Amino acid sequence: MTDGLPILTLMMLVPLAGAIACLISAQSARWIALGATLVTFLLGCALWADYEIGGAQWQFTERAELFSGFSYALGIDGIALMLIMLSVFLMPICILASWDSIKKRVGEYMAAFLVMEVLMIGIFSAQDILLFYIFFEASLIPMYLIIGVWGGDNRIYASYKFFLYTLFGSVLMLIAMFWMVAQAGTSDIPTLMQYDFPPGAQTWLWLAFFASFAVKVPMWPFHTWLPDAHVQAPTAGSVILAGVLLKLGGYGFIRFSLPMFPEASAQFAWFVFVLSMVAVVYTSLVALVQHDMKKLIAYSSVAHMAIVTVGLFAFNVQGLEGAMIIMLSHGLVSGALFLCVGVIYDRLHTREIDRYGGLSINMPYYAVFFLLFTMASIGLPGTSGFVGEFLALAGIYQTSTWVALVCTTGIILGAGYMLYLYRRIAFGDQKNVDAAAMEDISTREWLMMVPITAAVLWMGVYPESFLAPMRADIAVLDERIASAAPASDSQPDAGEPRAKAANAVEHRGGDLPEHREYSQDGDH
Amino acid sequence: MEFAASFALIAPELLLTAAGLVLLLVAAWGGDKAARGIAILAVTVLFGAGFILVPDLHFGTDGPDTIAFGGLLKADSFALYAKALIYLAAIGCLIVAPPYFDSEAAGVERGMRAEYPVLVLFAALGMSIMVSATDFMTLYLGLELNSLAAYVLASILRRDTRSAEAGLKYFVLGALASGILLYGMSLLYGFTGGTDFATVRVGLTGELATGALFGLIFVMAGLAFKIAAVPFHMWTPDVYEGAPTPVTAFFATAPKVAAVALTARVVFDVFGAQVVAWQQIVMFTALASIIFGALGAIGQENLKRLLAYSSINNVGFILLGLAVANEAGATAMLIYLFVYVAMSLGSFVALLMLRGENGELFESFSDIRGLAVTRPVIAWCLLGLMFSLAGIPPLLGFYSKLVIFQATVEADLVIFAAIAIAASVIGAFYYLKFVKVMFFDEPVGVVTGKSGNAHWALLFLTTLIISPLGYFLTPSLTDLAEKAASALFLGA
Repeated sequence: MTDGLPILTLMMLVPLAGAIACLISAQSARWIALGATLVTFLLGCALWADYEIGGAQWQFTERAELFSGFSYALGIDGIALMLIMLSVFLMPICILASWDSIKKRVGEYMAAFLVMEVLMIGIFSAQDILLFYIFFEASLIPMYLIIGVWGGDNRIYASYKFFLYTLFGSVLMLIAMFWMVAQAGTSDIPTLMQYDFPPGAQTWLWLAFFASFAVKVPMWPFHTWLPDAHVQAPTAGSVILAGVLLKLGGYGFIRFSLPMFPEASAQFAWFVFVLSMVAVVYTSLVALVQHDMKKLIAYSSVAHMAIVTVGLFAFNVQGLEGAMIIMLSHGLVSGALFLCVGVIYDRLHTREIDRYGGLSINMPYYAVFFLLFTMASIGLPGTSGFVGEFLALAGIYQTSTWVALVCTTGIILGAGYMLYLYRRIAFGDQKNVDAAAMEDISTREWLMMVPITAAVLWMGVYPESFLAPMRADIAVLDERIASAAPASDSQPDAGEPRAKAANAVEHRGGDLPEHREYSQDGDH
Repeated sequence: MEFAASFALIAPELLLTAAGLVLLLVAAWGGDKAARGIAILAVTVLFGAGFILVPDLHFGTDGPDTIAFGGLLKADSFALYAKALIYLAAIGCLIVAPPYFDSEAAGVERGMRAEYPVLVLFAALGMSIMVSATDFMTLYLGLELNSLAAYVLASILRRDTRSAEAGLKYFVLGALASGILLYGMSLLYGFTGGTDFATVRVGLTGELATGALFGLIFVMAGLAFKIAAVPFHMWTPDVYEGAPTPVTAFFATAPKVAAVALTARVVFDVFGAQVVAWQQIVMFTALASIIFGALGAIGQENLKRLLAYSSINNVGFILLGLAVANEAGATAMLIYLFVYVAMSLGSFVALLMLRGENGELFESFSDIRGLAVTRPVIAWCLLGLMFSLAGIPPLLGFYSKLVIFQATVEADLVIFAAIAIAASVIGAFYYLKFVKVMFFDEPVGVVTGKSGNAHWALLFLTTLIISPLGYFLTPSLTDLAEKAASALFLGA
């Protein structure tokens, strides 16, 4: 497999070449960017097709000792494959979403997006911990520019907050990485994943990594940068932010925190659970009262990602699989929801929910797509959201019934704020004349919506396609962390069956006195 | 024979001395008309002096063969590495100078003065002696030769009050620092009975006498002045702001290398037996420089002042590598020095290229608003340089911080590394301000001034070095730095 062409490097070189071309020729930047992202997507499809399910854990590995201190080592497992697919799938859609709405400095904008794509592929395929960090941190630069140059009115505040918050989170992780490299004598991620760090040190290392990933995910109370960044970023920026960048936190937990520090992860599991439970309830309630569409979806992202973290720290296969599927599903669905917001924002230039209403009358196709993604966000069976949430909650139930109880309210609250949003935008009277005059979605917007719809339904109806590549890797991870799993309060093992069903009706008259006695007890 | 070998070892210094003296005469007779020719010759001489270093630098040189004049000087790999950096920085500052002095920015005195390249040559000579000194006498000789040239360079625009003020301030504070340093040396001499590093080192083994400890502290304080490390940094922003920009670029690069290399030599060679005594001083200075350099820069509106604080901040990271007190730390420090020189030189060259309609220099944030629209190429280069200074990957500034922190963590100084890296986030704030002003704000002023080819070449070269492509340099850079560090530790 590796004797073929270095496909991962190629997938990074194509967008990089595209970015340089965009900077040089700003007039045709849109077409160059679209072409580059489509070629990368096709390469991604080839990657998936060539990926051997049940084969070696790390495939498509490349290694070159180009640099001093760390090496250029790439390779993917099933988890990375799925996240790379998500990134390359969303990218052409982002370019399409920015087709008309970005008018100034198009070349630089497209170049920033293509560089972003390079870095995302790099993050998910890096097999050297320092190389990972380089890609991970470098993604701040293009995102900072995207928010700061092409964002909304309060873009400067949002861009600073985004940059400094995430930078502060990750520098401590870097120190932890140095310690690990010095201790283990290698910066190779697969080796580090099998290395047993002393439990005392694991606590500190876990906290340092947590500082970075908790900000990225983002977990309550480190989430405050997200609503600002989402609201101010241009539509495509929000899509990438919600679709891929938030997944970096989850990916970090599953790739670093859990396998490298299993004992510390178990030790801090309840800490994660408490933060996640607060996030699910609190941010859902906050989402309920938003007037700004993007802010509402941003808060809903925090709530959904909290279920991801709960699933990851459930320490069982269902939880891990569920968390992965939510991440993929949330990447598609929240991305699509931001696109839906972008579609009407491009027409009316406001994100105020009250300025819309009754859009199902004048924009019926739009309303159908919006409804579908709303339902997928709620987790309706048949959509991708259901699969992920069901698995994650089933996983957490095995560890803690109380956490499962609290987190399940998130689905109800989610239905509340999403349906409320949908009602205010699509149903009701056409109270605003300008909103009523908006045209339905164009061909370009059809091209953006249809692929995501197909993917959401595919993942909802036949999730096996997405679970199969990850199954072996999740099993390996589960085996690695199983010994450290925290104590469980649920009793999923079947108990002694009762002799009779609880509501069995007695037919013999002779047993009547006994029956009466029983009911008398109940009266007291 | 021994004498001849000693002369062979100081060949670059001899070349610089001879060339400096000849060019001084040319300047005296030829006047300012000959300035450009003298500058070209000076650059050639610096190139030549650097070329002499190449073979020994490549193969590495250390041990007794490198000691010249019975222990006064030592031309080992460490000294050669520092010299190479110093010469390169001096060349950079020389080739960007003529357009600056020819422009409106130079005020009433248009045109480069003939003394300028000669002074740069002498400063480079002084620094050369500094980095190879193994005796307090030669150390002081080199230091003063460099400082005296630097005082004059700072005030080379005689009729410009800011330049004159910068020169005077630099002189007064520099003289004070020299006094402190000399006092420390005299104490050490008194307690150990020698001025050469080896004798003093022997005298300082075992229990440290109070007087000798004072000597150590005074020497460290004097050197901290020269490096501009907190708490002896106060002169830096004023001098950097007042001095003509090419001179500021020079101050920010070559003398920093020389002073840091000198300090490294002194702490490992002279105080090698008293690591605990100096390590805490250096560690405190390093962390204080990182934090105060970052905090001080936040409110600055003048770009040169801001870069002055940035240099204080960077010196903190360099000293952090020194405070690790082992070979890995010294290697990291040398790598950082190289990257730092490239970043500072690039930033100052970019500043030199920002001119208004009449050729006046733009020096404040309000002048560079919207630069990404008016001068996109310069803006993108500055963006790379600023993110590199902030230590954001994938730029090479990240790599230099990486090696420093790696060395610190491996020496089990995790808590200091954590403090330093947290403070670097504060530093990121003002580097981001550069990017924000250039890219997010609407353009107001018109940046029209044309820039010379030398500026463009230097800007592209430094940007290329700090770009991700610079990582391909890291294997050979590490190799050179390791040889230099091992030469330094051979004597220790």
